[in-house]
Amino acid sequence: MKRSRIPLIVAVICFVFLYLPIIVLVINSFNGSRFGSVWGGFSLKWYARLFSDREVWFSLRNTLIIAVSATALSVVLGTLAAFALHRYKTRLQVLHYTLIYTPLVVPDILMGMSLLLLFVSVAMPLGLFTILLAHVTFCISYVAMVVLARLQDFDWSLMMAASDLGAGPWTSFRRVLLPLIMPGIVSGGLLAFTLSLDDFVITFFVAGPGSATLPIQIYSMIRHGSPPMINALSTLLLVFTFTMVWTSQRLMRRTT
Amino acid sequence: MEEFLVFDKVSKSFGDVQALKNVSLSVKKGEIFSLLGPSGCGKTTLLRVAAGFERPDSGRVYLDGEDITDIPPNRRKVNTIFQNYALFPHMSVWENIAFGLKVAGMPGARITEEVNRMLALVHMEDQARKKPDQISGGQKQRVAIARALINKPRVLLLDEPLAALDLKLRQRMIIELDSIHDEVGITFLFVTHDQGEAMSLSDQIAVMNEGNVEQVGTPVQIYEAPVSSFSAAFIGDANFFEGMVSRVEGADYSRLSIEGFPEVLCFNDQPRSQGDLVYLSVRPEKVRISRDRPRDDERVNMVEGAVEDVIYLGSHTRYWVRVDQYRLAVTRQHQRFQLDEKPVTWGDSVWLSWHADDGFMLQRYEEKDEDLLAFLPEGEE
Ligand SMILES: Nc1ncnc2c1ncn2[C@@H]1O[C@H](COP(=O)(O)OP(=O)(O)O)[C@@H](O)[C@H]1O
Ligand SMILES: [Mg+2]
Repeated sequence: MKRSRIPLIVAVICFVFLYLPIIVLVINSFNGSRFGSVWGGFSLKWYARLFSDREVWFSLRNTLIIAVSATALSVVLGTLAAFALHRYKTRLQVLHYTLIYTPLVVPDILMGMSLLLLFVSVAMPLGLFTILLAHVTFCISYVAMVVLARLQDFDWSLMMAASDLGAGPWTSFRRVLLPLIMPGIVSGGLLAFTLSLDDFVITFFVAGPGSATLPIQIYSMIRHGSPPMINALSTLLLVFTFTMVWTSQRLMRRTT
Repeated sequence: MEEFLVFDKVSKSFGDVQALKNVSLSVKKGEIFSLLGPSGCGKTTLLRVAAGFERPDSGRVYLDGEDITDIPPNRRKVNTIFQNYALFPHMSVWENIAFGLKVAGMPGARITEEVNRMLALVHMEDQARKKPDQISGGQKQRVAIARALINKPRVLLLDEPLAALDLKLRQRMIIELDSIHDEVGITFLFVTHDQGEAMSLSDQIAVMNEGNVEQVGTPVQIYEAPVSSFSAAFIGDANFFEGMVSRVEGADYSRLSIEGFPEVLCFNDQPRSQGDLVYLSVRPEKVRISRDRPRDDERVNMVEGAVEDVIYLGSHTRYWVRVDQYRLAVTRQHQRFQLDEKPVTWGDSVWLSWHADDGFMLQRYEEKDEDLLAFLPEGEE
């Protein structure tokens, strides 16, 4: 009996549909011609131009400042939230869990809009700080969920064993609990970093003048027309994001 | 030998479950002391009280004369072997064993020396670099022992340490535990629900039931002279008959009237008086079974019955014999000379006999002893 080829064909079409634009983008970033439809020979000039663009560097600086501080804050807060969710089982925790869980399911546009309304209503000037707050808001959730999953697998009798062997609460935490949930924390952090790095929708709402992040810069470059540079920038971002996600997943897998 | 680890009227409840009811016990220095009882009787709770993981609601715990009730687990000189071993999965065997000394801040060179000594004690020298998930159950057990012993605890607490091992390994570990104990001379407090383990390892056994200590004694005392019907039924097999003391014969013996039996003579291990309601208990291996009526002896009880079941068990045979309303378990070892006899089989009418000293009387507490039915001897070992 001959197996139907239809599933294979559908799969190929799906992949082409999903990944062809990205592949074209990557190829075009090395295209010497200004127009994507014509191959003007291999060239790195778009990359060169990209690196000499002051605004790009400025937005990259913004992005990194926000991504690093949002990651740091959300790792600490998210981990603490995960601990609280795991340790204490009161009715208030149901509310807590819902609060943590909501940003994962609420559409970005709703998040961005409501945050904007909030900042405006308390007359907070829009800028790096509001972006940071917005990013921390959703990053906490991701960190908390990843760390919580890790904690749920944790065998608490190990803490008893540590204490039995003479370790005080702090030593048990540092030598036993922390190393064992560290992969969760690191992978939550990497996830938060990646999400913060390429968030567009929410950032777009809460960004003010002079606080453009890289994704916003890219958007405005499209509007003011320099597509080949965007191709180059997107390619770099793509490589970076892939590396992060890959690392995060490896860390997650290795110790489970 | 002096009293070393003492529980003084320790009680502990979880909600409305009374896990320990006024438990007093004293463990002597250097001995292997077992807590033996069915699951849920409070053994683990008592061990956790000793380790410091559970604070008693009332009562005190003393170690070597010092009241340790309020000392947190990390500052008690006792160590625990957990039932699931609780080895640190992110550390190698070596690091696991070294953990206690590192925490205590011992210099590195001495740690290395001590860890190597411990690895040798438990025969794990060649596994030192492996992680816990790369070694077998028996090896994990050894690492757990080494990790606890390296701290030179005054008392080693073991919570059903052999329960997770298969039968062969368990028997080997019993021997190994015993030799480790001989070598280090540390007091062991050993929790088990397996009477075989308790019997073969212990110097003293405390039989526990529903949060109470029913009896404390050597394995021989516990087996040969149980003081409660629970001990008698839980440890080894026993036949029970409801009876009443009809006559006390001097200080040593009583005559019992038991329905369906001729008058039975039994040794008094405590003073009895006429009219006492008792259980007569006789272990299956103490009863002799024969086709012919045994020779008369004033100290030997005899009764006629009918064989209902014969179960051949290799080293011995178990017979179930009907005598009036009772079904007695009787075991007989196989001996060469018996092979000539015509074997006792199903439906035979036989004589059962046992010496008056081999039975023992237990006070009949009315309702509680209903539970004895749960512990009647079973068909096989
Ligand atoms: N942390 C706890 N919370 C509630 N009940 C408990 C707890 N620990 C033990 N118990 C109860 O106490 C009783 C004795 O338990 P345990 O000491 O573990 O028995 P054993 O070790 O003899 O099987 C059981 O009824 C058990 O359900
Ligand atoms: Mg237990």
